[in-house]
Amino acid sequence: MTGTLSPPRIRIPRQARAGEVIEIRTLIEHPMETGLRQDGARRDMLTRLLVRMNNETVLAAEFSNGTSANPYHVFFVRMERTSTFEFTWTDEAGRSARAEARVTVG
Amino acid sequence: MTTRRSLLALALLPAAAAADTGTALQAAIRDAVGDAPITDGGIVLRVPAMAENGGQVPVTIVAESPMTAADHITAIHVFATANPTPGVARFRLTPLLARAEVQTRIRLAEAQRIIVLAQSNDGRVRRATAEIRVTTGGCLT
Repeated sequence: MTGTLSPPRIRIPRQARAGEVIEIRTLIEHPMETGLRQDGARRDMLTRLLVRMNNETVLAAEFSNGTSANPYHVFFVRMERTSTFEFTWTDEAGRSARAEARVTVG
Repeated sequence: MTTRRSLLALALLPAAAAADTGTALQAAIRDAVGDAPITDGGIVLRVPAMAENGGQVPVTIVAESPMTAADHITAIHVFATANPTPGVARFRLTPLLARAEVQTRIRLAEAQRIIVLAQSNDGRVRRATAEIRVTTGGCLT
């Protein structure tokens, strides 16, 4: 429950054609500890993932106990112009981990 | 964990466990979509028939939608009906997504039915379900 969150990993193409649908894969190492296990581990959960493109929300996820450790998510975005993506995970203690990626269209 | 749930379970053993799971599931679904009518179809849930590791079960949810400003999916909700708590995740979608598709990985305590719901901007709620067998539970060990 101490320290900072792990740096997230993002797989996203660096370039795309206008109108192309790109696949974005995200992974962050985190135990997603529910506090329900028999070994008595303390609760430590990520609660949110927010994905923004050019400061507009693309996808906002809220996680409950059933989301696996090391949350992994895949989704698809249609590219119209060169864009900056921002990915932010937040845990129950209010800590966050952030990543950015730029996709050039042209 | 001393909660109202565990006190209730003590008072009502042995029937309480199953009844409580159903109640928790209904409450979670109501919390997600309110009293909107739910219809089957227009959404696909892809899961393995058998999960060797209940801690990491891949799940793909795809709702049929053009994802335009006028016609799009606004949320996808995932429930695991036989987990200690049924909630898995909720995803808020926007028309910036090319498809109403999300892939994730979930935990399953035991063999069970998964329920996914997709809400569209016209207020409709669609449902898909899938049964998954689990070799090693992923929640409590």
